[in-house]
Amino acid sequence: MKSKDKVNETYYTSIERQGYNRRDFLKFVAYIGAYMGVQSSAIGQITKALETTPRLPVIWEHFQECTCCSESFIRSDHPIVADIILDKISLDYTLTLMAASGHQAEAAKKATMDKYKGEYILCVEGSVPIGADGNYCCIGGRSAVDILKESAAGAKAIIAWGSCATTGCVQAAKPNPTGAVPINKIITDKPIINVPGCPPIGEVMAGIIVHVVAFGKLPELDSAGRPKAFYSKRVHDSCYRRPYFDAGLFAENFDDENAKKGYCLYKVGCKGPSTYNACGNMKWNGGVSYPIQSGHGCLGCSAKDFWDAGSFYSRDASVNAGSIEGNADTLGKIALGGVAAGIGTHAILSNISKRKELKNRITQATENEKHLDDL
Amino acid sequence: MPTKTNDYKRAYIWQLPIRIFHWVNAWAITGLVITGFIIGDPPGIISNKEASGQFWFGYIREIHFICAYLLIAVMLLRVYFAFKGNKYANWRVFFPFKKEGFKRMWHVIKYDIFLQNEETQGSPTGAVGHNSVAAASYLFMFLMALIMIATGFAMYAPNATWFLPKMFDWVVTLVGGDFNVRIIHHFVSWTFILFAIVHIYLVFFHDWLEGLGETSAMVSGYKFVRTERVKKEQEENKLSEIELTNQNSTQIKDIN
Repeated sequence: MKSKDKVNETYYTSIERQGYNRRDFLKFVAYIGAYMGVQSSAIGQITKALETTPRLPVIWEHFQECTCCSESFIRSDHPIVADIILDKISLDYTLTLMAASGHQAEAAKKATMDKYKGEYILCVEGSVPIGADGNYCCIGGRSAVDILKESAAGAKAIIAWGSCATTGCVQAAKPNPTGAVPINKIITDKPIINVPGCPPIGEVMAGIIVHVVAFGKLPELDSAGRPKAFYSKRVHDSCYRRPYFDAGLFAENFDDENAKKGYCLYKVGCKGPSTYNACGNMKWNGGVSYPIQSGHGCLGCSAKDFWDAGSFYSRDASVNAGSIEGNADTLGKIALGGVAAGIGTHAILSNISKRKELKNRITQATENEKHLDDL
Repeated sequence: MPTKTNDYKRAYIWQLPIRIFHWVNAWAITGLVITGFIIGDPPGIISNKEASGQFWFGYIREIHFICAYLLIAVMLLRVYFAFKGNKYANWRVFFPFKKEGFKRMWHVIKYDIFLQNEETQGSPTGAVGHNSVAAASYLFMFLMALIMIATGFAMYAPNATWFLPKMFDWVVTLVGGDFNVRIIHHFVSWTFILFAIVHIYLVFFHDWLEGLGETSAMVSGYKFVRTERVKKEQEENKLSEIELTNQNSTQIKDIN
């Protein structure tokens, strides 16, 4: 449990106390600044902010989720991210990592919420079920909806970690038995930063927290509420296989010659062209690799409703149109056949139905032709 | 003595900008559909050349984008002439959703599905410009084109270097993700294919039955109308001569 006397400690103080020297600290600042995409001139600003800003009280709620966001976060490749940012920022309440449990933990959360009303940051991992009065997800005998509403009421801002909290992810996929919804469907009166991904990249998560701490405001968000610094480019646009796409060189199977050559995975269902994330630049596990680099197409995990948006291994989604199911081309071809048959029938019937009209015209015109003098 | 036939006069129906719109639009759509299908499901090509020496898929996409801009350009031209053009090009033609319009639509449908034949040949009362059903279908296709432009630009926006495509990034949020944008784009493209086939067939059908130059009108601008209709109009014109002096509508030219 975090004791209250450490509350006014700055980030730098706690970093120092953990045994990191100033050089490590500055390296961390430069590193996270680069990930955040700020200019080098802003690194001084981040340094100063971390030196002077008191630790930000954070409550980290877990609802319907698999904890992959937390896992990704603690695996950020810089140790200070895990040691300092996570330990010092989120120690107030986070189910998975805090030492306290049971009533103690709930009491600690309550204490933070009361003491820092309107100041703390609420991080939410997981979607919230609203089916069956929210009883599908209960913590300490209270439903997730209840807990979320209570924690959100006094929050300064909310960070929605992962696809669960931003779009609902697999829990909200059809048929969505628990009625899972992302948090922006429940909380509408607070600023929300959406950080989609299943999970989001650890450095992205750290970068967003540092941004909030260093600049005292939310990062610039796009129309879907995602930080522009990390979600303004499609995976496709920063993909190292993009030249193969433009050259029209595609793998058609995962075991064909083209796949071995490392050609573009567009035809085996890569969702890079419709997915906004920083995987292509930042990669995963300390920049080691990312799905496309390991030979698998992007699943589009940070895209909205990616579980429902078609197969992971084809480009076309099937749509159920009445009794017929098929993708756009199948349904289009059926419609095309229908139209062709209709036109054929119509052409034949016209000759029968309009025969009088036609006969008149042909007779008249033939008659006229006979009376033409010229060649 | 030849059989008694009808007298026709030539009327200038489709002004040059309308014809330019029609043909640029037609070829742009053809290009868009062909390149669109290639982009949706490109052929797998085995090549020994380095990727750096090839760019064919990039060119296919470039053609798609050029055709898209052409389509938008002539669409703007058409909208301008919906206000500036003659009465057959006017925007009012495309909103036949009044009692009179529905009556005319029903007339066209009855004629086309063999419930009724014209009593005398040569369409003495039929529409000279767009018939009401055709006009309604063009309005529908105009809306479909707007959907294609919005979804197309929405997908294009992340790579765009100027403001126009970027104005459409709200579409992605509206329909819930880029993948849905892509599916909508793909589905709606089929309405253009189906429309084109029905459109071409019906043009041929009406030309074949009525013989009034339906097909060639989109090349020359002229259609043929029964002489008595023109006389009627000329009388009307006399009545409202002052209003029409500066109008470029209905320039009636004698065929003789």
